[in-house]
This record gives sequence, C-alpha cells and structure tokens, in this order.
Amino acid sequence: MELHAEQEAQIGRWRGWVQRRQAISPADVDELEDHLREQVADLRATGLDDDEAFLVAIKRMGNLDAVSHEFAREHSERLWKQLVLLPEDAEDAGAPPWRELGIVLALAVGAGLAVKAGTAWLGDEAVLARNLGLLVLPFLAGYFAWKRRLTARVVAALLVPFALLAVVLNVYPFVPGGSTELLAALHAPVVLWLLAGIAYTGGRWRSDSRRMDFVRFTGELVIYYTLLALGGAVLVGLTFGALQVLGIDLEPVLEDWILPFAVPGALVVAAWLVEAKQNVVENIAPVLTRVFTPLTILMLLSLLVVLTPAGGLVDVDRGLLILMDAILVLVLALLLYSISARDPLEPPGLFDGLQLVLVVAALAVDAVMLTAMLTRIAEFGSSPNKIAALGLNLLLLVHLVRAAWLSAGCLLGRRPFAELERWQTRYLPVYGVWAVIVVVVFPLVFAFA
Amino acid sequence: MRIDKDLVAASATPLVLGILADGDLYGYAILKRVSELSGGSMQWTDGMLYPLLHRLERLGHVSSSWGTSEAGRRRKHYAITASGRAALADRQEQWAVVADALRQVWQAAQQPPATTERWA
Repeated sequence: MELHAEQEAQIGRWRGWVQRRQAISPADVDELEDHLREQVADLRATGLDDDEAFLVAIKRMGNLDAVSHEFAREHSERLWKQLVLLPEDAEDAGAPPWRELGIVLALAVGAGLAVKAGTAWLGDEAVLARNLGLLVLPFLAGYFAWKRRLTARVVAALLVPFALLAVVLNVYPFVPGGSTELLAALHAPVVLWLLAGIAYTGGRWRSDSRRMDFVRFTGELVIYYTLLALGGAVLVGLTFGALQVLGIDLEPVLEDWILPFAVPGALVVAAWLVEAKQNVVENIAPVLTRVFTPLTILMLLSLLVVLTPAGGLVDVDRGLLILMDAILVLVLALLLYSISARDPLEPPGLFDGLQLVLVVAALAVDAVMLTAMLTRIAEFGSSPNKIAALGLNLLLLVHLVRAAWLSAGCLLGRRPFAELERWQTRYLPVYGVWAVIVVVVFPLVFAFA
Repeated sequence: MRIDKDLVAASATPLVLGILADGDLYGYAILKRVSELSGGSMQWTDGMLYPLLHRLERLGHVSSSWGTSEAGRRRKHYAITASGRAALADRQEQWAVVADALRQVWQAAQQPPATTERWA
C-alpha cells in the first residue's frame, strides 16, 4: 500500500526516535516498522484518514519507554556497548576491514624494529634515552598521516621540526651524565608529542575543538596503554613463571626482544584502539576525574596542614620542586579532562565548585612551596634542574591561576563556560615552546653541563 | 470488556505458541489473530509482542527467518519448533486444569459474574 509523503516523513521520524533506544536493534526497528505500516494500512481501510490512522497505530504500539524496557530485559547485552574492531560492512568501498589492522600491526612492528636497531647501534644508554622518542614517534605520526590523509605540506611541516630536533639532540656536545642532557631527554618527548598532535589534528592544529580532541585522545591513550601494559605484564609473568618451573630463564629474551617490541608497539596499538572506540565507548578519563577530584582536594588540604606549621621548610630541594610540578600536573589533568567532557551549555553545578576548590588548594600549596624554594635558590644559586623545574612550575601556575579566575567567573554566571575551555586549549602550545627552550637553549646557556 | 493485564500476560505465551502451531506467521498477523480469537477484547500493547517473541526464540520454542512482505519490506516470520510444541502441550494441560477448576467454581456460585459485567 502506497503512503503519502507526509505519512512517510512521520514514519521516518518515528523510526529515528525508536532507533535512539539502545536496547532496540536496527533489525528490531525494521520489524516494528513493518508492524506499524500494516496497522496503519488496516486502520485506513476502516475509513480513518492518514493522521488518525498513524496516531492510533502509534498508541497501540505502546509507551516507547515500557517497550524498550521489555527489549532491554530480553537483550541486556545490548546495553553494553561492544567495540567492533573489524566492522563487517566496510563503509569505504574497496578498503577491506582488515587493511587498517594490517597497517597498525606493521607500524607497531616497525616501531619495535626501530627501537631494537637503536639499542643495537646507538650503544650508549644516554644517547638511546635522548633518541627514544625520535625512534617511536614517526610510526605513531605515520598512522595518523595515513588515517587523516595528510597533505604534503603538513607532512613537511612535521618533518622539518622533527629533523631539527634530531640534529640538536645528537650534535650538541652534552657532558656525559650532565643535567642538561637529562633535561633534553625528558623534554624532547613533549615536543614530539605536540608534533604528534599536529598529525592527529590532520594539520588543523589551530582549531580549538581539534586541540581539545587531541587532549581527549591523549587521556584515553594513557588509559588504554596502561590497560595493555597490565595485560602484557600478566601474560609475561605467567609465561615467565611457567618457563622457570621448566628450568628455562626468560629474562634475556624478555629484555632483548619482548620489551623493545612490546613497549613501543603497544603505543601504536593503543592509539588505534582509541581511534576505533571514540564513537562507541564513553571516555573514561572524565569519569576518573569525577572520582579523583574530591580525593585530590583531601590530599592537598592535608599537605597544607602538614606544611604550614613546618614553617622553615629547611630540607626543600629540587626534589620537592619536581614533586610540586607533579602535583600541579595532576590537578591540571583533572581540570582538563573534566572540562573536556563538560557540556558547555550546562549551568554550573556542584562539581564545578569542587573543581575551583581543587585549583585554589593546589595554588595555596604551591605558593607555600614556591616561596621556600625561591629563597633557597637566592641563597644557594641556580642549576639547570632547578630552573627547569621552576620554569614549569611558573607555567603551570599561570595556567591554573587564569583557569581559577575563569571558572570563578563561570560559577558566578558572569562568563560563558566556553571561555574557560578556550583558555585551556590556547595555552597548550606554551608547554611545547618551553620544552623547546629546555632542549635547545638550556644546553647552550649552561655549557652542556 | 477489557481483560485484566495480568491475565493477558499469563495467557500470552500459550496463545502465541498455539497460533504459531497452526502455521508460520509474522508479528502483526499474530496480533490480528489474537484479536479475532478474542472478539477484539484482548488488546495487547503491540510493541510488547516482539520482546516476547524474541524470548521464545531464545528459549528455542520458535525460530525466525527474514522474508519480504507483498510491499517488498523486510519482514520477520516466526515458526514453532518441536520444543515449542512440547511447551505448548505442557501449557495446555496447565490451562485445562485451571479452566476446569474455574468452571466448577462458577457453577457453584449461582450467578456468573460475566453477565452483570456485560450489562454494565
């Protein structure tokens, strides 16, 4: 029976409405639609007009909540989103579903080979530590270059800083065991990670929302990588134990082959998993921020209580500064990931208040430590380590102070939430610039010591 | 007269199995048959039929296959299985006992309540 266009539109809208129910699969919707159409046709045959027939048929179908509840009772597994890594119906014609998997595995093995070759040829451990990021990153960036179909211009824009960084790290005459060398090795991955960000955004790194996507990606990547590492550790542990009982020592193979391949390879695989799951599974990083924000507030407050009466802070050294940086980075991550999941249009709630408390508490702890630290630097002079830690501390401080100011404005309803979000994404490149300074300028200033 | 929803729920499985025992059908046709058999007084919430059919399928009492309707739409047909027939026979015995007990109660009571209800 042919229905009018208006009727078709009504049924289309109803279909979309039903499809949003997770417990009702597309095949079920087809089944229900067939039912609805039969019902409408029969009702029209009894003399009802189109609209009346449609309304009665919908009414007879029953309350959608109740029906979807019944479906959920029968198909509870559908409420768990399943990650399908190899989609059965590939959307790109001509690209078989296993092609991406093949590329990912090839890149993972490639990253392993690069690290293995690095250990074999670079010899010196310090040289290897400086170059480790350089060895792994091209494979991760290569995955994004393939996935995002990067233009030649973007690829060139990635290759030039990459090459410059490689030259600086290997041409500078670092004093063996010096702190500028260690700092360069620690900060080079930050620069590389931002380059990976440019590849991730497909060259559109100026866009705030793409930057936020990269932040989300980073958080999920850390979590997936940790999960892979845990799984890998269990597997290796079991194999290790079983072989030991048989009198075979796995350790040399583990050190020489398994770890050099598994550690960088897992990074590429984790990146692929995060890419594959982004539309299917909720992000977990924002969930963790909800759990850890109140706990971190408690930690910071207890730190404040312990520190304030201690007064003199005699034993502060760069270790404390580094610890402080770690705390600020933690607070920043908590802030960033809850912002990344927040609906900008939602009115401020309890959690936003809690977040402001967190940031203010972190700033208070930092202020106490920073004064102690500065007096000591004034007294005993500076070192590359102290300056690097202090510089990062100041960058984090500026970031958090401005974030606290903006989120207070948000809570009072004076500023839109989007402004707070924009501040986060706009500030991110500053860390990259700082990392470049530490890698490139510090060795020159401190005579490679 | 509207049938109480608990009673509808209790009779749903044997009714569906019984109707399918007569021949394969699709969802809407099953409901139409229920309506015919009860003279229109057993109205189900249409949407609820499908979770029930899926449950029976999971239990192995019915099997399903996709076909096409006269209009060319995808349509799912259901057929009773051997285990479904066994379940139906089992239910039939249970309902026979219930119906028999009820009949005796109605006979003992002088006035069957059904007549007054229909009048109202």
